[in-house]
Amino acid sequence: MDMGQTADSEHTALGGIVMRQINVSEVTDLVFRLFIKANYFIGEDIMQALRAARQSERSPLGQDVLSQILENNEIAAHEEQAVCQDTGLAVLFVEYGQDVHVVGGDFEEAINRGVRHAYVDGYLRKSAISDPVFDRKNTQDNTPAIVHTRIVPGDHIRVIAAAKGFGSENMSVLKMLKPSDGIAGIRSLVLDAVREAGPNPCPPVILGVGIGGTVEKAALLAKFASLREVGKRNPDPRYAALEEEILGLVNRTGIGPAGLGGTTTALAVNIEWFPTHITALPVAVNFVCHASRHAEGVL
Amino acid sequence: MAQYEATPPLDTSFVRQLRAGDTVYLTGVIYTARDAAHKRLVELLEQGKPLPVDVSGQVIYYVGPTPPKPGKAAGSAGPTTSVRMDAYTPQLLAAGLKAMIGKGKRTPAVVEAMKKHGAVYLGAVGGAAALISRRIQKVEVVAYEDLGTEAIHKFHVDRFPTIVLIDATGTNLYETEPPKYASGAETP
Repeated sequence: MDMGQTADSEHTALGGIVMRQINVSEVTDLVFRLFIKANYFIGEDIMQALRAARQSERSPLGQDVLSQILENNEIAAHEEQAVCQDTGLAVLFVEYGQDVHVVGGDFEEAINRGVRHAYVDGYLRKSAISDPVFDRKNTQDNTPAIVHTRIVPGDHIRVIAAAKGFGSENMSVLKMLKPSDGIAGIRSLVLDAVREAGPNPCPPVILGVGIGGTVEKAALLAKFASLREVGKRNPDPRYAALEEEILGLVNRTGIGPAGLGGTTTALAVNIEWFPTHITALPVAVNFVCHASRHAEGVL
Repeated sequence: MAQYEATPPLDTSFVRQLRAGDTVYLTGVIYTARDAAHKRLVELLEQGKPLPVDVSGQVIYYVGPTPPKPGKAAGSAGPTTSVRMDAYTPQLLAAGLKAMIGKGKRTPAVVEAMKKHGAVYLGAVGGAAALISRRIQKVEVVAYEDLGTEAIHKFHVDRFPTIVLIDATGTNLYETEPPKYASGAETP
């Protein structure tokens, strides 16, 4: 078969291999839509978890806080305004199909254009600063985005966009545990971090826990875990059981909604793991506030 | 738990009667300031210069709002984490600041200054930013416009609901409430 004959406006033939063409403008449009959606509309999984928590919460003050959060999320969706004033840094997980050829410009710049469009024209707060130590000047458009790209089989681009608030991000921890610390060490690290954070990360939180790999891999796993649909467990039953166990312990700390006491401190504990070194047990804990804002789309 | 209606400026005697857990509905003018504005205010105090806003008897809300949509008085405006302001707070309390609205823990130095000068730390629910925006009727920038969302804004509010997190005796809701609901999590 002559591969050249299959090439058209949406496909290119490159060395006999057909590539799907995607223009960078489609990437920009998708990123724009995802950040608007994420910032205005809290996912139904989280709304359901909040409603269930309001039923089960034992503290009257905690129930009141959960009612305020639910009402807030309904107002934000109805008015199409930001759920929280901290509309975060823009974090993206991109699965880039290896049979895709992005044309018309720079891929990461296309992502940043989408972020800029959403934050400037969507009435979202611009919280990104130029450098962390010296200038700390607002970049005025919430760029640059933080982009994690993975190349996967196929001819699609899948994007998960998260507007990551920093009240919770700043409570996150990472520690290189010893293998002998084991499950008890993991439990303690998470519980100590939750107690230390107390009211600051806007509980009830979602905890992403990354275990294994290297220092940066553990952190990335924790971030990815934090974006999992609330209510879904790790497919490995051993890790699923550990998620349930740690969630139970976190909800017995008494911290409660907004840290004002109660039985709802976390809505979910999600673990992602990766093989690691014979000497190592890296563990990262990424906090997400109850206003967990993320959206997903495919090109 | 008592409920109060209050309009700043607040008297020290009123502030000292508030107890952790009380509800205070604020009506009138409150000011916004975050770390960057606090830094500038404290620099002026250290130089003995007047502040762009007289903080005596006033309420400062720790918030960096989103821009308002056309036709709206205010954007989303929930509280930010208060501890970032703590390095500057004792000096503002000494200058007469009577209440702060935020979320999260405070340092012991701030609590001591609150007891000494008679001030309260009020809480709004973190993340309830769209709900809170409905209590804000008008927003004006009064100082440090160059700081953008971190500028000092004047919020005209109508029955803005807050809860006393730490009162002027030092009683702290974050310390008194959670132990009532804790069970067996101390020894994992």
